[in-house]
Amino acid sequence: MPIDLIFLGRLEDVAGAGQRAAALQPSVDAVIDSLEPELAQALRAPNVKLAVNGILLRDTDAPVLRDGDEIAFLPPVSGG
Amino acid sequence: MNCEARSDVRLVTAPFSQADELAAFAARYPEAGGIVSFLGQVRAGDGVEALELQHYEPLTLPAMEELAGRVHRRWRLDGMLVIHRSGAMAPGDPIVLVAAAARHRRDAFAAADFAMDHLKSESWFWKREKKDGAWRWIEPREQDLEDIARWG
Repeated sequence: MPIDLIFLGRLEDVAGAGQRAAALQPSVDAVIDSLEPELAQALRAPNVKLAVNGILLRDTDAPVLRDGDEIAFLPPVSGG
Repeated sequence: MNCEARSDVRLVTAPFSQADELAAFAARYPEAGGIVSFLGQVRAGDGVEALELQHYEPLTLPAMEELAGRVHRRWRLDGMLVIHRSGAMAPGDPIVLVAAAARHRRDAFAAADFAMDHLKSESWFWKREKKDGAWRWIEPREQDLEDIARWG
């Protein structure tokens, strides 16, 4: 079972879609490494936050991924 | 009554009527002496043809509810209303309606002001606008961050 990647805001344009399935990798870093270089670079920007299964990660968090997990990549919000 | 019961917080993907919502809110709190409301709408002009707000389901509404709770703890309110649109909108469409009902007007003014500043700068929305047929993402505004700083 793959994992789901969600790209919010301008990251959707870089990825070409708001959502895609990816093969399970042990870590978020490994997932990003498996993507095209331009997208990987955009996802690694210091102002992009991450949420796994709807829970926001802190900088020091390195969750072990499981089948069916959803990783959301969140660029700076433009506000309401 | 707890904060949640006195807060009506909604994330909606279809147009809403600010007049109907405000009338229903006022009717719910007859004991409130004052109600302050703010309506944000899609600005017409500058060649903007449409505005689209994107949200992330697991984060956006929970954060709006948490903000309403914070507002309740900071001021003496009878009730709080927050309605926020997501999806595509046209110039003149309502985006956000915030209202605070309180016994005394100063609490209502401050609560609505605080809620709007924090919604503008902190809430989980991504915005893009369409001009000349092309969509462009809107980056965060410095002014929004300065607005929030004044609350300490």
